[in-house]
Amino acid sequence: MAALGEISLSNLNGGQKLAVKYYAMAGVLFAAQILFGLLAGLQYLMPDFLFGQLDFSINRMVHINALVVWLLCGFIGSVYWMLEEEAQRPVVGLKLGNLVFWAFAAAVTIVVIVYLLVQTGRGEVATIWLITEGREYIEAPRWADIAIVASVLVFFYNVAGTFAKGRYTGIAGVLVLDLIALFGLYLAGMFFTPNVSIDQFWWWWVIHLWVEATWEVLVGCILAYALIKTLGARREIVETWLYVEVALMFGSGILGLGHHYFWIGTPDYWLSIGGFFSALEPIPLVAMVVHAVYDSGTHKMQNNNHPAFAWIIAAAFGNFLGAGVWGFMHTLPQINLFTHGTQWTASHGHLAFFGAFATVNIAFFYLAMQKLRGEVWMGAGLPDRGWKWKWSFALLNIGMLGMTVALLVAGYVQSQIERAIGGSSWSAYFDAQAHPWFQQGMWWREVFGVVILIGVVLLAWDLLTVGRRETRVIQTLEPA
Amino acid sequence: MDQTAWWASGSFWRKTAIWVTGASLVALIFLSIDSLVKISAGSQRVPAYTVVNQRVDYVLNEERHVQQPKIGAEQPLFGRKLDAEQAEALVRHGKLTVQAKNCMDCHTLLGNGAYYAPDLTKAWLDPAWGSAAEREKAMVEFLLDPTDNARNTLGRRMPNLHLTEDEAKSVTGFLKWMAAIDTNGFPYNFTPMKQEN
Repeated sequence: MAALGEISLSNLNGGQKLAVKYYAMAGVLFAAQILFGLLAGLQYLMPDFLFGQLDFSINRMVHINALVVWLLCGFIGSVYWMLEEEAQRPVVGLKLGNLVFWAFAAAVTIVVIVYLLVQTGRGEVATIWLITEGREYIEAPRWADIAIVASVLVFFYNVAGTFAKGRYTGIAGVLVLDLIALFGLYLAGMFFTPNVSIDQFWWWWVIHLWVEATWEVLVGCILAYALIKTLGARREIVETWLYVEVALMFGSGILGLGHHYFWIGTPDYWLSIGGFFSALEPIPLVAMVVHAVYDSGTHKMQNNNHPAFAWIIAAAFGNFLGAGVWGFMHTLPQINLFTHGTQWTASHGHLAFFGAFATVNIAFFYLAMQKLRGEVWMGAGLPDRGWKWKWSFALLNIGMLGMTVALLVAGYVQSQIERAIGGSSWSAYFDAQAHPWFQQGMWWREVFGVVILIGVVLLAWDLLTVGRRETRVIQTLEPA
Repeated sequence: MDQTAWWASGSFWRKTAIWVTGASLVALIFLSIDSLVKISAGSQRVPAYTVVNQRVDYVLNEERHVQQPKIGAEQPLFGRKLDAEQAEALVRHGKLTVQAKNCMDCHTLLGNGAYYAPDLTKAWLDPAWGSAAEREKAMVEFLLDPTDNARNTLGRRMPNLHLTEDEAKSVTGFLKWMAAIDTNGFPYNFTPMKQEN
């Protein structure tokens, strides 16, 4: 055993050692996401910047693909992190899991290199197989899709197999079913059709049913585990809440898919169905806030990992605000007609992805560091008052809120000037883009983007140093 | 607390979750089947690819209170009338090019994509192309050399994506076909190009 306060893989179980690899990859991609986001944001202000070398489309593609993959890496890592403790037995196919990790990392590296160096191809099927599919969020070429499917099959085998042979908890039950849906949905995005309406119909099955349904339930599962670990919350309560959230999340989110079917050629009954069910989508997010506040109150906020717990609370509120409030603001077709395809969507997307998902991954990074250093103390009274985690927490949250509001201002200008007044033509589009209020929104977005960058640097520094030379062991939790 | 009320019990919510999810999925599957039929090429909402041979307008439907495409008289693209197979091949090549050049990470199509460049849903009908007579030529020329033909005061330009002439013509065909899709009035309040009667 390594000394307390020193980083050592021997402090972890098999699944957790694999999880740390996924976390490392997630961290690298998180940094890439922010860097390419800053480049793309800068191109709004200085259109000649890197023009012809790294065009906006490339920066933006890497920005959003890094987002998807770092979040998925974090989720996969977190499932592996909890798997052995939850199932109370070793992972069934750990060697295979390790092998797949390296294959996955290699595939991601090749895809990114091709994105950056080859960028685009001829208008033929080979381009879709080898360079890019050119469909937002799932731009990865088809060969990589197949590699991803093969990787997640192994991951799924490990999760389902380990639970099946070990303890099958309520969290396990929800998680296994959710993973089937999550990965099954990916197949809906793996074909070509000349019909753009049918293309986008299935494309939304992947995108919406991921981020507004199966991803939400997945983070529900890993947060349930995190609440048991950090607060000592009672399993019966946490699992009951998880079922409540699944019922509300799938009950609103599955047919809430209809809010993407307003304007893509699909029949107009989706205006009513999509409007109604997506308006209900904030309800499970309110339930999550209630749950988090209830559990924290029951335990008088006594928890054994202050940074992780702060990020869990940020997840509850961030999910509600970013996905719930910001989504609801423009989900009814009567307003969406003016906001669809404007910076409103960018504003909502930024806060929702950050609030609902990035926060959860960061919370797990802290749980991982705590155990990597041998279950050290990370409660009250951290050295230097824990200024690094507190400042990075503040900078990241303020940066993201600032960016969200700046983009929303730009979105207001666009929906008003381009759509309501200008007649939605190309010249109306450019009138709105050139408006000083729009431009100011873009400047502030970039400023807050830099705030986020500083927050991330501080976060990385903190994660690598928190608990170093700590002599106290993890706090024992009192049962509620 | 030994006794949990039935409405607060795990088993009640587990069953509720299963039933709600199942019912929602069944409803989604039925609606999807219906929708896919209604948006297949050649349906009332999504025209056949041969629409590239005809004039496309965008007019207000008084009853629905939204604008919708109106398919008019014969107006073949590039002066050549295509049969069903050729028309599908053209749109297919156009859409493949749109994907291969990653148009969606600057533009939006049907409002989805990135917001760095204008929406392409009704690009075919946009007044920016000048007159209807010059339009298809102007579109091909622009696609072949977009960088020097930027039309905004922001300095934002489209990079030269090195399309072949064939690709540029196919993209033009794809855009004409897409403009003929009934999008429930999106984008709102669109001002189409004036076309002679």
